[in-house]
Amino acid sequence: MRTGVFFENYHGEEQLWDSRTAKVWMAIFVGAVATLPWWGSDYMVAMACIVGIHLIATMGLNITTGSAGLISLSQAAFMGVGCYAVSWFARWGLPFWLALPLAGTLAAAIGMLVGLPSLRVKGMYFAIATLAAHFVLSFLFREWTPVTGGPRGVTVPPANFFGIELAGDRRMFYPIFACALLLGLAAANIGRSYVGRAFVAVRDRDISAEILGVNLLRYKVLAFMLGAFYAGIAGGLLGYFYGAITSEYFTFSLSVFYVAAIIVGGLGRVLGSVLGAVFMTFVPESLRLLSSALSGSVPALASLLLPMGQVVFGALIIAFLIFEPHGLAQVWARVRRTFHLWPFRT
Amino acid sequence: MTDFYVLIEFLLLGLLASGISALMALSFVLVYKGTHVVNFAAGEVMMLGAYLYYTAAVVLKLPPAAALLLALAGIALASAAIEALVLRPLAGQPTIAILMATIGMASLLHGGVEIIWGQDPLETPALLPRFPVNWGEVMIPGAAIGNFVLASLLIAALVVFFRFSRAGIAMRATASDPVTAATLGIDIRASQRMTWVLAGVTGTVAGALIVSSGSVSPALASSALGVFAVVILGGLDSVAGAILASLVVGVLESLTVGYIGGKMRDVFPYLVVLAMLIVRPYGLLGTREIERL
Repeated sequence: MRTGVFFENYHGEEQLWDSRTAKVWMAIFVGAVATLPWWGSDYMVAMACIVGIHLIATMGLNITTGSAGLISLSQAAFMGVGCYAVSWFARWGLPFWLALPLAGTLAAAIGMLVGLPSLRVKGMYFAIATLAAHFVLSFLFREWTPVTGGPRGVTVPPANFFGIELAGDRRMFYPIFACALLLGLAAANIGRSYVGRAFVAVRDRDISAEILGVNLLRYKVLAFMLGAFYAGIAGGLLGYFYGAITSEYFTFSLSVFYVAAIIVGGLGRVLGSVLGAVFMTFVPESLRLLSSALSGSVPALASLLLPMGQVVFGALIIAFLIFEPHGLAQVWARVRRTFHLWPFRT
Repeated sequence: MTDFYVLIEFLLLGLLASGISALMALSFVLVYKGTHVVNFAAGEVMMLGAYLYYTAAVVLKLPPAAALLLALAGIALASAAIEALVLRPLAGQPTIAILMATIGMASLLHGGVEIIWGQDPLETPALLPRFPVNWGEVMIPGAAIGNFVLASLLIAALVVFFRFSRAGIAMRATASDPVTAATLGIDIRASQRMTWVLAGVTGTVAGALIVSSGSVSPALASSALGVFAVVILGGLDSVAGAILASLVVGVLESLTVGYIGGKMRDVFPYLVVLAMLIVRPYGLLGTREIERL
């Protein structure tokens, strides 16, 4: 019987999965999700696609904010950049497996443009700078009609993978799933490399990190660009998924949604991004289902749905900050420990 | 000559509008100076105050001045509750926790207000009597002048309070160094609670002045985000800076909207914020933070 996870050397600590059991369960989980289009209903597949897109953007933000400590309130704007970029690349006839990374790169470049001057400041001031950047970018989305279509938005032709047209939720599931898996592995691996440790050092005490030889500017900009890159990919996938999108989608609330997701999930950990993105997508969804189930008896409920969602969203953030500041990832760690040590109490 | 009059009109309107934005900025700056919290819920507290004013004036049918007083009492309670239930347990937490707590608070208040009062604009009675003022060819609505005078009086009262009253000096001491203030026998918890109450009251007066002689709707809260331009320009922790910056931003915004176009109103504050953070992050009159290990 296992009584916990113990390491005898640093190599063990650096492993992606700390035990054989974890690896097996991970494989089972990934396999189950990969076969979802065969056994899931239309609704489940569509929800899985949306969760996947949110997950990619959340993982990006978790690098910028969770690992490197740069609070970014402009994640939705970078998604917008990725989405508009993909719509143009697709119109020029680029295949989607080329358009997506290019969209991510463009978002990262714009991220650098925003990030470089903003990095003169830090903490709360940096957050306000990214907030301002968000509103300037979303102003451009709305008003720069030749490029973004203004309020009418843009259309994205369906993705095409070597002759197979990826239209419809079931077919779009695989590109989203593959991107989420690849980017998730990348995020986990960044976390255990020199770069990831440099991010954490910058977050915990940037002056000390600089004294230890971490190039502050380079790693802050890199963290910000990585977050924007992930957001760009997520935005591109969103464009392919919906086929048409307007500037209305990339609101400040969406940026806040991603910060909330990493707080609820757990800062600086890929597991936290996964749990946060899934949880935060399903909370409003279950509220919607609940209210549509009750709308027969209480008809006024439908109009209260949106404000109810806001109340629950705000209450969740505050409750997690006060009672569970390390998020669902910590809850999961506790559950795991209980299993490991059973029948003893922790 | 008409061009000249138009210019004067824009200048005056901007100047007069700056009274209210100074109040909003103060509600922000007080909290940051006193407790080092950037309060993203300031707009929502202001909106809540405006709705309380509406309820007291229209539903309870109180005269405007009494309604305002009742709204102020309500918002004082609400601010104290926010401080005690949300910000106090998070004292000493990292920046992102406090930032997200205020954003969560904003979402909670916004949703709560929409559940109670609905999303439609509600008509509110005027706080001040109406009188248009004509001065040559320049025409200024009297409410703008009244608002400006009322805002100036309140700001003056706040400045006097901080300079001369015992509680005000204690609050300044708490803001500049909480530990030393505590060792000198100042009740820093009471000071911080007082800070939130004062900020809520200031915001509510601003909110009531904005909605009076018009209507109140949840959109009021989002207009408060523009006040970032004022606080960043003036310095997040400077009362004088907030007043100066609200004059500058008020006039600049009025001129931009007048000469470039109304759409610029959406983006102008944020351009000011970005420019200011690049050039002089601590603002015109804010304290330059020196970091030590």
